[in-house]
Amino acid sequence: MIDDKAAVLTGKEIGYLDMELLRFTTAGSVDDGKSTLIGRLLYDSKAIFEDQMEAIERASISRGGEEVNLALLTDGLRAEREQGITIDVAYRYFATPKRKFIIADTPGHIQYTRNMVTGASTANAAVILIDARNGVIEQTRRHAYIAALLQIPHVVVCVNKMDLVDFAEEVFEAIKTDFTEVARKLGNNDVHFLPISAKLGDNVVDRSLNMDWYTGPTFIGLMETLPVGGDHNFTDPRFPVQYVIRPQSDQFHDYRGYAGRVAGGIFRVGQAVVALPGGQKTTIEGIDFGEENLQLAFAPQSVTLRLAHEIDISRGSMIVDAVNQPVQSQEIDLMVCWLNSKPLQLRGKYLLKHTSNEMKCVVTEVAYKVNINTLEELHEDTSIGLNEIAKISVKTTRPIFFDPYRRNRETGSLILIDEATNNVVGAGMIL
Amino acid sequence: MELHTINHLRELEAESIFVIREVAAQFENPVMLFSGGKDSIVMFFLARKAFYPAKVPFPLMHIDTGHNFEETITYRDDLAEKTGTKMIVKYVQASIDKGRAVEEKGVNASRNVLQTVTLLDAIEEMKFDCAMGGGRRDEEKARAKERFFSHRDEFGQWDPKNQRPELWNLFNGKKHIGEHFRVFPISNWTEMDVWQYILMESIPMPSLYFTHEREVFCRDGVWLATAPFMQLKPGEKAEVKRIRCRTIGDITCTGVALSEANTLEEIIQEVASSRVTERGGRADDKRSEAAMEDRKKEGYF
Repeated sequence: MIDDKAAVLTGKEIGYLDMELLRFTTAGSVDDGKSTLIGRLLYDSKAIFEDQMEAIERASISRGGEEVNLALLTDGLRAEREQGITIDVAYRYFATPKRKFIIADTPGHIQYTRNMVTGASTANAAVILIDARNGVIEQTRRHAYIAALLQIPHVVVCVNKMDLVDFAEEVFEAIKTDFTEVARKLGNNDVHFLPISAKLGDNVVDRSLNMDWYTGPTFIGLMETLPVGGDHNFTDPRFPVQYVIRPQSDQFHDYRGYAGRVAGGIFRVGQAVVALPGGQKTTIEGIDFGEENLQLAFAPQSVTLRLAHEIDISRGSMIVDAVNQPVQSQEIDLMVCWLNSKPLQLRGKYLLKHTSNEMKCVVTEVAYKVNINTLEELHEDTSIGLNEIAKISVKTTRPIFFDPYRRNRETGSLILIDEATNNVVGAGMIL
Repeated sequence: MELHTINHLRELEAESIFVIREVAAQFENPVMLFSGGKDSIVMFFLARKAFYPAKVPFPLMHIDTGHNFEETITYRDDLAEKTGTKMIVKYVQASIDKGRAVEEKGVNASRNVLQTVTLLDAIEEMKFDCAMGGGRRDEEKARAKERFFSHRDEFGQWDPKNQRPELWNLFNGKKHIGEHFRVFPISNWTEMDVWQYILMESIPMPSLYFTHEREVFCRDGVWLATAPFMQLKPGEKAEVKRIRCRTIGDITCTGVALSEANTLEEIIQEVASSRVTERGGRADDKRSEAAMEDRKKEGYF
């Protein structure tokens, strides 16, 4: 029965299968109404089930609360519930008929920059909550900075608690002007603004009856239509080799395929490519996906490439377009977010992971540290501790093949690992 | 610029295949845990796709509580035989016989927790450095914060407050001797995604997931299947109903749903309109607010 291959239905034949995936990160604290917004999205889209709701109600009452505390839904760990704080990134899921959403819910406090960066690293969109009464504050700037640093393709600014400012258009417009100025300086991508009341549900799933002056989409309407198709790089063909597939079976005696996930551009059968390092030229003979043969592959597909010539390729190699090639260098400038309580060591050696490649590196320079609140560059202060962001240079033992992070988030990102503890200590974005 | 998109199932599939290949590349001796439930079945089919036309380069392992639905074991053995995959079976009963685990007592007794002992012993004995599981973040709140690559210390324990950062698609499987990893390739899938994917890929499923007649009884509002090793409390009455399983686990704590759903399309409709989570019927989660977190810290899946 296992090998019976019934007619495969495509997504198009089953309408409700044909949804896009959008990953977004929410940064903010309980005070901004972040949990209320998420709770409302989950509840209104029926992603909170009755048994979960009952559990939250039970827990809220046992903690002496009067209202149902939706934060209890996202704070999953015992310590979080006991201390009433959010410690780590929590992933939440909901779907509308048009899209499936993955929320990386991160705590917004300064000490949790590392969590915000983690959540932002895979996000298509950043949702930034602003309390309409407070306007753009230090925390807002910090969130906008991280969204820009991590090059999140879309930013959705929710001006929340509009009910507490009498749904006044001027308040919304003033905040919009302030944030637009911040975003211009930081270089945020594709910024959208929404006036909402998460608590009352205005402009979240349903259109607000209190803000006739607002003619834009609701939050969910916007999230359903943000154009995510262009979020990957389709220009620069990059294929980091993860694993070499050699069945060595009678049926596939000579099969040799390079398994990996397209990290940029489009690969086609017959395309001229080179394998790095080495730079041997060859062409793509076939693109395999399970038992299917594809004509082209693009990010973020996981496929297997077969090449016309037998060349020396292993994990860590990168198959790239013959003409459009990445930068190859041993000396790399990057922005780093430090993730560990043990500070960054100048001249310190770390293990560096970049695409499927890994090697040792040494930190050769700390150019400056960013004051994450004022966004000033501190050239004198080069001690980089937990949750701090800096511009540094590293030298690797072998060349890596990269594109600037601005151009490609996959081939422009790296992590640093402490060899003594094996912990991930730094998140790097190559300049 | 020429744009291309894939639908949400293809994107989840691509992510899971990437993670499974990372495991094969980064670990010396990985194993994929197989329970016979839909999540581990989907995970295994993803693994087949990841390495085709080569065979899956690691064995499957079933931690058998002995309290199974018969259909699960038939499906398991059939799957291993037809796909030529090595299936390791480790028995909780053997751990009990060796005195490594003690059977719970009372009417709510379950071997669910005891699986941890058998699992950790098997990992140590067979020197596995990574065990993949079909856990999903949407299943339970403690799982919502789990990494794809989840580090375990030499005692197999999970330290939820001190997890390693996981950014982009850069997975760090570095560890010291004696430590191991749990990896969850389908972390980002929901119950709905799993069923839609099964439909899209025409993955054969155990008959338990479809409606059938079975002798059941109702305990604390949850329907459970009767079995020789289950004791009925006074007032509980066994009766035959048309049911299907939403999850498949140890028979003693797996609630079944009254259902007429007989096709994948009908199951998807049922999941779409359901107002209770699939784990709503899992007695093992109801023991306390942090039941899952506590079990996971000890080394449970």
